[in-house]
Amino acid sequence: MNHKLNRAAAFRAAFPVTVPILAGFLFLGIAYGVFMNLSGFGAGWAFLMSLLIFAGSMEFVTVGLLLGSFNPLGALLLTLMVNARHLFYGISMLEKYKGTGWKKPYLIFGMCDESFSINYSAKIPEGVDRSWFMFFVTLLNHVYWVAGATIGGLLGSFVNFDMKGLEFVMTALFVVIFVEQWMKEKVHDSAILGVGVSVVSLIAFGADRFIVPAMIAILAVLTLTRKAMERKTAAAKEGGCA
Amino acid sequence: MTVIQQVMIVAIVVLGTMATRFLPFLVFPPGKPTPDYVRYLGRVLPAAAIGLLVVYSLKDVNVLAGSRGLPELVSVAVVVWLHLWKKNMFLSIAAGTVLYMILIRL
Repeated sequence: MNHKLNRAAAFRAAFPVTVPILAGFLFLGIAYGVFMNLSGFGAGWAFLMSLLIFAGSMEFVTVGLLLGSFNPLGALLLTLMVNARHLFYGISMLEKYKGTGWKKPYLIFGMCDESFSINYSAKIPEGVDRSWFMFFVTLLNHVYWVAGATIGGLLGSFVNFDMKGLEFVMTALFVVIFVEQWMKEKVHDSAILGVGVSVVSLIAFGADRFIVPAMIAILAVLTLTRKAMERKTAAAKEGGCA
Repeated sequence: MTVIQQVMIVAIVVLGTMATRFLPFLVFPPGKPTPDYVRYLGRVLPAAAIGLLVVYSLKDVNVLAGSRGLPELVSVAVVVWLHLWKKNMFLSIAAGTVLYMILIRL
């Protein structure tokens, strides 16, 4: 009984924070399903790919792979490159996903950009079970995405909506989470580093291949400045400098 | 490509994606003490990763052509300003998105 109550409370806390993603994922999911349909893949493909891959941008890339010539190694390398940023999410979530029991494999499986950023930053209300909260955030995101993709796949070319620009809801979400993180921390070096290095890398390498160089540069700077960073954060914690 | 080959490609994409998600958890299982260096990264990386994510979501903006990224710049600025001011997630996201949808239609 108590267990059920816990679950319900976690669901009630999780649903509201996923509402922006409901809007974004339904829209992007439908766009993806329509794109699949127009590329010659029916709703079944859209359903299975959104269910199993659950990494939005990679799924768009995969359509291109399916239409090209058969190149498994190339497909693997491209996947690793596009999704390398998940490694950062994993390292960031090692502590938060600890002790989540049987939910842990699913939490990791469903760790897309949106699930990571919400589960990392959400202020989980007092008394709400952490692991159920993160489980529902991940599950709801997953359901929105699969539903959108399947609807898009079924509608195909029948769909004719002018919702251009709604995809900005994802950018707005990430900006908000960035601001939240900014207000929470006293030392902003890492946040500035993340944006700065990514912008420089984007200009230098272009939209399709900037992520891996950006990640390497971020890691290098954080590693080389570790002593100074640890001193700074420790000083800030004591209220020394703000 | 045959259907079998297409299924294989999808399977490879699934495996590759899962590799990037599961790897840190497999290398640093909860039973073993996580190295200090990795715990340090766990503390400082999230801020940088979220910064990377912001840039990633804007990566296809072309500042040299079309609207030159102005709708994006204005909308992001409004989201930041609203959020610092009102600290209301829904308001910031909804207002920013609606503004963006209007700006790209002007």
